[in-house]
Amino acid sequence: MAATLAAPLTRLRYTLSGNPLTAVGFGLFALMIFLALFGPAIAPYDPLATRAVNALQPPSWAHPFGTDHLGRDVFSRVIVATRLDLGIALSAVALSFVIGSALGCLAGFFGGWADRIIGRMSDTIMAFPLFVLAMGVVATMGNTVENVIYATAVINLPFYIRVARAEVAVRRNAGYVQAARLSGSSSLRILATQLFPNVLPPMMVQISLNLGWAILNAAGLSFIGLGVRPPSAEWGIMVAEGASYIISGEWWLALFPGTALMLAVFCFNLMGDGLRDLVDPTRRT
Amino acid sequence: MEKLSRIFGRIVQAVPPVFGVILITFLLTRALPGDPAVFFAGLMADEDTIAQIRAELGLDHSLPVQFLYYLRDLLHGDLGNSLSTGRPVLTELMSRLPASLELTLAGLLLSMAIAIPLGVLAATRPGSWVDHLCRVLVTAGVSLPTFFTGLFLIYIFYYLLGWAPSPLGRLDFLYLSPPQVTGFYSIDAALAGDWEVFWASLRQMILPAITLSLFALAPIARMTRAAMLAALSGEYVRTARANGLGGARVIWVYAFRNAALPVLTTLGMVFSFLLGANVLVEKVFSWPGIGSYAIGALVASDYAAVQGFVLCMALLFVVVNLFIDVVLTLIDPRIGLES
Repeated sequence: MAATLAAPLTRLRYTLSGNPLTAVGFGLFALMIFLALFGPAIAPYDPLATRAVNALQPPSWAHPFGTDHLGRDVFSRVIVATRLDLGIALSAVALSFVIGSALGCLAGFFGGWADRIIGRMSDTIMAFPLFVLAMGVVATMGNTVENVIYATAVINLPFYIRVARAEVAVRRNAGYVQAARLSGSSSLRILATQLFPNVLPPMMVQISLNLGWAILNAAGLSFIGLGVRPPSAEWGIMVAEGASYIISGEWWLALFPGTALMLAVFCFNLMGDGLRDLVDPTRRT
Repeated sequence: MEKLSRIFGRIVQAVPPVFGVILITFLLTRALPGDPAVFFAGLMADEDTIAQIRAELGLDHSLPVQFLYYLRDLLHGDLGNSLSTGRPVLTELMSRLPASLELTLAGLLLSMAIAIPLGVLAATRPGSWVDHLCRVLVTAGVSLPTFFTGLFLIYIFYYLLGWAPSPLGRLDFLYLSPPQVTGFYSIDAALAGDWEVFWASLRQMILPAITLSLFALAPIARMTRAAMLAALSGEYVRTARANGLGGARVIWVYAFRNAALPVLTTLGMVFSFLLGANVLVEKVFSWPGIGSYAIGALVASDYAAVQGFVLCMALLFVVVNLFIDVVLTLIDPRIGLES
């Protein structure tokens, strides 16, 4: 037991020493989870409380990130927004992971018609510029946060389908699969217990890289007025609200939420690269 | 002859995606919450008016029949009328498309001009500062929200330094737009010999184009570097070196020509990202393209316009991918030999 545990740990240490940024990525992720869980409790001000006399104050000790056009504390709003942004991204990615890996496994395992139909479906999604498709979906299904989640899940589906399909297809006739079949396991059981676990490692990489994408996508949608609506605190909307003050020099309204967004995406990308090094050392760049 | 039939095959292969795109756009229109007829009739409409509008829109038929009507309308170039302006959506889109294309292409060219040499340099000098710069740019580039970079370029170059013109549209109000030939202001102005307008349009374009290119830089540089590394480790490169060919010749003629193929394929994907990012950049810079139009339509719940926009972008993307495939077929001597 000790030996089986030690090997991955050594590899983890080796990978981290080769790319110390991965540790930074995991650290940022821990911080984000903390803020998402306890953000509303530790924020110094009410993120929605307006005070007109206090509007557009530059950063100071009382308001480290300044105040916005309604006198709300930008620092508190950036902290509180973590939960919403992370929540949207996590739910969207979880949805596309579950549906995408199920469809991909079916396509890879059964081949034939299932493969063709599922393949066509994901090709059709990929034929759209993905952000534009998300815009269309939210516009027609209704301008709500749930629909932003569904739209983000839909545009990420093809990536999960592809990964799952490829991993399952190469192992479809592997020795252990045939052994399981001979011992009387049903197809679904083989898929779930023998093949699906193989899909998980590359999926983790995909999920991590995708979370960054999903956050960017959701923030982009709310930047153009879809999904999250004011006065909710959300990074994309805060940048959008700050946009009109940039040309008059009030930079702090957009800078801090924008930086938070950037750090979040950066953190997921670093984690994804680190996970890829762990899972598939041959693809290190 | 072999190549011609290949190209024809590619074009035929593009039919299913086009059909899928049209089908999805159609379903999106019909998935509107509530009854579109009630929506189009307005608040004051009575039962008769609603029934009349339903018949006019063809909504009293079954879904497959409606789809056939939709296809027929598309063939006639009829995307419906914009609710807010009352003009045909197609006309609106066509009048704004050149602005978007000019910006997207400028961003794409700029990012290619930076990313491809950077990727090649990084691959030929692994571990050097160029390689590290490439890695930093690649990681940072994919993390940058386009709308955020755009805003801060405005802050630095317009507000602080005053180098850039005000970020409002394609041309400062001091200038008249050049006579329309291509719809690209910079090219039209150059054709008309009006260099003042030419420079003015370039100055307006430079910040949004840089914003887009920062975004597109990362995937292109990453792919160029990876493809060059793969090509440089090829046996033909070793053979070329062993035969005493010069470094530049080996890199650009032997390695790069082989690395160009995956890079070209990546460009198709990058173009898709750019079309999406373009919407955000157009909003930041008040650029009067189809992205701004779509955002306006979204705010006004102008569904016909949004559907038209989605369809237009998707078809554009399919055409670009087709074009790239055809170019690949033409420049890759291996295609056609392997079969």
